[in-house]
Amino acid sequence: MIRWILIAVLAAGVAGTAAWGYQEHQEKNAILIQAENTYQRAFHDLSYDMDLLHDEIGTALAMNSESRLSPQLVDIWRLTSEALSNVGHLPLGLLPFNKTEEFLSNIGDFTYRAAVRNLQDDPLSEEETAQLKELYKQSGEIKNELRQVQHTAMENNLRWMDVQLALATQDEQSDNTIINGFQTVEKTVDGFSEGNVDSTVPGQSSEEHQFQFLTGKKISEDEAAEIGMELFNVENEENLTITESGDGADIPLYSVSYRNGEKNAYMDMAVKGGHPLTLLVNREVGEQEISLNEGLKQAEDYLATFDFENMTLFQSNQYDNIGVYSFLYNDDGVRIYSDAIEVKVALDNGDILGLAARNYFMNHKDRDNPEPEISEEEAKEMVNQDVEIQEEFLAVIDNDLGEEVLTYEFLGVLNNDTYRIFINAMDGTEEKVERLDGKEINYAAGF
Amino acid sequence: MTYKKLSLLTMIACFFFIGLHLTHAPKQAEAFSPQVIQHGASGDDVIELQARLQYLGFYNGNIDGVFGWGTYWGLRNFQYEFGMKVDGLAGPETKEKLVSASEYDEAYVKEQIRQGRDFTHYGGTDNQAQSSGSSPQSGGGGGESADQQTTTTAVNVPQGFSQNDIQLMANAVYGEARGEPYEGQVAVAAVILNRVESSTFPNTVSGVIFEPRAFTAVADGQIWLTPNEQAKQAVMDAINGWDPSGNALYYFNPETATSDWIWSRPQIKRIGKHVFCK
Repeated sequence: MIRWILIAVLAAGVAGTAAWGYQEHQEKNAILIQAENTYQRAFHDLSYDMDLLHDEIGTALAMNSESRLSPQLVDIWRLTSEALSNVGHLPLGLLPFNKTEEFLSNIGDFTYRAAVRNLQDDPLSEEETAQLKELYKQSGEIKNELRQVQHTAMENNLRWMDVQLALATQDEQSDNTIINGFQTVEKTVDGFSEGNVDSTVPGQSSEEHQFQFLTGKKISEDEAAEIGMELFNVENEENLTITESGDGADIPLYSVSYRNGEKNAYMDMAVKGGHPLTLLVNREVGEQEISLNEGLKQAEDYLATFDFENMTLFQSNQYDNIGVYSFLYNDDGVRIYSDAIEVKVALDNGDILGLAARNYFMNHKDRDNPEPEISEEEAKEMVNQDVEIQEEFLAVIDNDLGEEVLTYEFLGVLNNDTYRIFINAMDGTEEKVERLDGKEINYAAGF
Repeated sequence: MTYKKLSLLTMIACFFFIGLHLTHAPKQAEAFSPQVIQHGASGDDVIELQARLQYLGFYNGNIDGVFGWGTYWGLRNFQYEFGMKVDGLAGPETKEKLVSASEYDEAYVKEQIRQGRDFTHYGGTDNQAQSSGSSPQSGGGGGESADQQTTTTAVNVPQGFSQNDIQLMANAVYGEARGEPYEGQVAVAAVILNRVESSTFPNTVSGVIFEPRAFTAVADGQIWLTPNEQAKQAVMDAINGWDPSGNALYYFNPETATSDWIWSRPQIKRIGKHVFCK
């Protein structure tokens, strides 16, 4: 009898221990993942900060007015401290990374000192500009190295917990890519002598205008289905589903989706007037048969089938076999940045793969653009003299306060970098300076 | 017998050689495909365009096969100097003028690109002097994959984004929404971007993704599954301005959602298994 009780108690004990062990194991895993995620965030943030830092220093180089330069320098200073704090989060304690930290705090010191003094009375000296240029170059190199480490880390699914272990056990094996990468970064910095995400279209409205131009009468679901079939270029109504949006939507929408194995399509349509706001077609895109330029013709023809008038090409980009085109509304020779439409074209046969007109419908209205009060020549005077101006436009952008302002837009070159500079056409204020990039080393090229 | 065989073999080899030679020769003489090359394009034609512009001294950047701003200004200056209409498009007339004014050593340029070297292609200078000789990066194995079609050493990325940001987002999208319809994946990517822009969330893509308790795929490690091409495509669409979520900041799966709070958010729409809300 006692024996049986003993067995029962022991069995219960074993089961309990197993359950407890399993739970502990689960908890340990959850905590490991969480720690890993913290490291990952710090790491990816750090690479991003370095990228942004490089960008912002480059932008500062092309700025002219002191009133814009001060906040720009403050921003750089803020970024260095953010980057430094991200370095601090990484388990690099045993890895010599102090040169990079020093480099970051050097940039910070430099920009802080320059930012807090009155640049109006005491502008950047030539030496300081040269120093800024040097920092720009160096930050570019560090950025590239870090991005390379980031790429390899993601490609090979490397874990920071492993890095920590490797560092802690002081293993001789030296093929830990992350550690090696950081050592390269450190070496790059060693070689130096002492010394936001914007949206893809700049100046786009962050403040939302209220769909003033969305006209027409309400349409029914059946009418929506008809428009959908026409725009998707399909005939089979059975594969079509339509739902109406809920309370949270900015404006009432019909969402139309089409499924048919090979070709799937989706569209958001305003209930008012049945205008397409977003359209996406998903299918396999084959080998490139037509050029980016021919794709543009397709995109323009497509826009012409709607009531979009006076849209001019703003930028075009080829991503593999897909062309993406961005158009701006042209109001009597003035480019309106907030009225943008994007079109996506498959470069295998020229089919339209997508349309994004939400911005256009949200912001478009009849504008009464004033006459510029200063001449183009006067505006050019306001641009940094080192920037070689190549193209000029009139444009309406949203300034930092979210107001629409009429500006002269200049595209110019400084040290092989291209900048987009907006000068207020009324009072000559430097509203915005942007370094244009849009391409990157192909990390996956395999050399 | 063996003698006959041998001679036959030699003959075949000879034919082979001649055949190779014949198919190879016209390819090198031919310049550009008939396409009009414009800003944003990439590929072999762009490599040739950049090399020819550099030969004439109009282009000082890297010959990387992506038509960026540097190429654009180089082309415009070329058109200006040669008395053509300045439009930044490499059409038939521009290409003709370029071909007659410059030389293009295709074999040299492609070889340099394959080897991943730093090099230039200026006219009047010996090629040897224009190449750094050794590969700048020794990292990454299997560099000799000559069968690779695209030889561009750069890629187009949306302004303000790196390939790594895109990759990270693709990881998140794949982990969160891999069984969802395509537009549902674009919508999830759009929510990440809407959060980056919102003042109540972190200001970086990685900050938003790794915010504690924000995404279940991050919390349970599914984010480290290898994303497929479609997830990447969805991310690109979202970055380029598509937002099927209707400007949403949150989404949840009504079948598994445990929090009451999420149900109180104003709902915008449902795509696949996810309900998107403000």
